Amino acid sequence: MSTAGRDWGEDAPERFYVITRGHTQPAGRAALDLVTLIVSRAEPTPSMPPEHAAILRLCGSPLSVAEISAYLRLPVSAVTVLLADLVAEERVEARASVPPALLPDRALLEAVMHGLQRL
Amino acid sequence: MDFSASDTVRGPADEDLLPDSAAAAVKVVVVGGFGVGKTTLVGAVSEIRPLTTEETMTQAGADVDDLAGIERKSETTVAMDFGRISISDELVLYLFGTPGQERFWFLWNGLFEGALGAVVLVDTRRLEVSFDVIGRLEDRGVPFVVAANAFPGAPAHPDEELRLALDLPPEVPIVACDARVRESGRDVLLALMHYLYDLAGSRAAR
Repeated sequence: MSTAGRDWGEDAPERFYVITRGHTQPAGRAALDLVTLIVSRAEPTPSMPPEHAAILRLCGSPLSVAEISAYLRLPVSAVTVLLADLVAEERVEARASVPPALLPDRALLEAVMHGLQRL
Repeated sequence: MDFSASDTVRGPADEDLLPDSAAAAVKVVVVGGFGVGKTTLVGAVSEIRPLTTEETMTQAGADVDDLAGIERKSETTVAMDFGRISISDELVLYLFGTPGQERFWFLWNGLFEGALGAVVLVDTRRLEVSFDVIGRLEDRGVPFVVAANAFPGAPAHPDEELRLALDLPPEVPIVACDARVRESGRDVLLALMHYLYDLAGSRAAR
């Protein structure tokens, strides 16, 4: 592997540190999963960090954390930190993923089967 | 990736928007060796064009990027392709599949936590690449089904031969599939749901 062409630019971890304003842990206890659905509850403002504004614009309709990460081209961990701030400020609503733990509810599984059968 | 240009972030197409009634989501993880058709399977059943998400992981680099005499942590970027199936107006199923080095999937924070279960996609010509994956799922207690992707020229193994070769417990379902075909991918997911349903029943009865 050549180090000469190594990209230390925009993908460097430091950048994520900057855009997450130095937070490395999500604020509060909002457990954000890859499939937690996020919905905007506020309009973007000019004074807001651009990443926050971008998330608010994206989430007019419910969007999973994974989809936000994909559209913003940011790692999930960075998006999670940004979202935790927005959740704490009540600018977005986080609709928790169904926690099946080790024992998925049979009613939930029935609903999924029913939906798949229509695919 | 420049946020001064964040106005140009492209979001979902209008036809890909979820209704505001979408209240909860569940996930299934598709695992398997490189080139086994995970992304193909995700794409076949997804209602949206598959998206890619990334995570950067730091690992004290023992066997990774071993630079002699230099102690450093290695950064690894792991990408996952994923798709989406609207189950109802309220419930959404996400399907994650990842290319790349399987040993990293388990470092991905939260990928398996809360997942309903997993699909192990295998290429019957190269079963050995699936051993590690199956062992790790078993260690973590993640329920899974095995789907044998029908590659042209791949030998059609009877299920019991596959079970023996993969050292699978008798209760783990094995299904044949063509990862390119939506109905086939759907049937794999249904097999997983039926299996989970049975597991939930047997546990509740205990």
